[in-house]
Amino acid sequence: MGGEAAGPVPHDQHDFALWEKRVDALMILGSARGHFTVDGLRRALEDMGAQAFEDMTYYERWVAAVNENLIEAGVYSLEELGAKMEEVKARGDTYGEAQNV
Amino acid sequence: MPHDHHDHDHLSPSGHPYREDNDAPLSYWQTMEIAIRELMVEKGEFTNAEVNAQIDAMDARAPANGAQVVARAWAEPDFHAALMKDAAQATREMGFDIGPMNLVAVENTRDVHNIVVCTLCSCYPRNLLGLPPDWYKTRAYRSRTVKEPRSVLAEFGVTLPETTTVRVHDSTADMRYIVLPARPEGTQGWDQAQLAALVTRDSMIGTGLPKEPE
Repeated sequence: MGGEAAGPVPHDQHDFALWEKRVDALMILGSARGHFTVDGLRRALEDMGAQAFEDMTYYERWVAAVNENLIEAGVYSLEELGAKMEEVKARGDTYGEAQNV
Repeated sequence: MPHDHHDHDHLSPSGHPYREDNDAPLSYWQTMEIAIRELMVEKGEFTNAEVNAQIDAMDARAPANGAQVVARAWAEPDFHAALMKDAAQATREMGFDIGPMNLVAVENTRDVHNIVVCTLCSCYPRNLLGLPPDWYKTRAYRSRTVKEPRSVLAEFGVTLPETTTVRVHDSTADMRYIVLPARPEGTQGWDQAQLAALVTRDSMIGTGLPKEPE
């Protein structure tokens, strides 16, 4: 992307949402546990393809990359993740409701 | 007495507005974040307290750290030399540990202006500046800074003489940059706290200049 044409630099700024800070923490703690390196995250991000950079937000891409690396490292399985996500969704319709049991 | 909010439809039972982030419909990726975090805790990889401590540490890092470093480099020639030689070590000794990464300080002078970008993604000297601003992570900034830095700088209100050399530094996962801006004129005899107040975040990324003394 470096060197490609693009429009003006947008100056909007949003405060990081709690879930985004948690993704950042998952990245740092998962890396500190030795499950992946920044290169592993980078590879997952690049494998997503250019469209992901249009359609997903920054921390959406990061959580997807962290997840892919943790599954590859065998920390949990795809099945475990799927079951847990269903459990989380069943708690409520908002992040606030779903984040805690 | 609850705060005096006017739009009562958006108040929680406690009288505070709902945080927008937490009452929007739960997204797929938020669901995944919660699921990963809980699986990791269940498997003993880390605790919720460690996640919270990590977020607190992240929130505590701010451009004020970098401003302290810059002010000290302006005021103390020995520290200036140490910073230019090995910025990771020099800032670590001030308590701003960058971990295993390299940190390079690049100095602005009358003839040279430095600007930092990460064309890959968002690498940034977080130990000194906190989390990167949104624009730093945008496609526009990352694409154009390496190609047309002067026009990007102009958008940020920095117009440099044609005779000034512009150097663009592209960060990587293990190599980060901090710009040491030029010390403003008219600050002779100022103490480091006064100097630090002139140092803006953008002046340490290179998209801005320090404030002028009033």
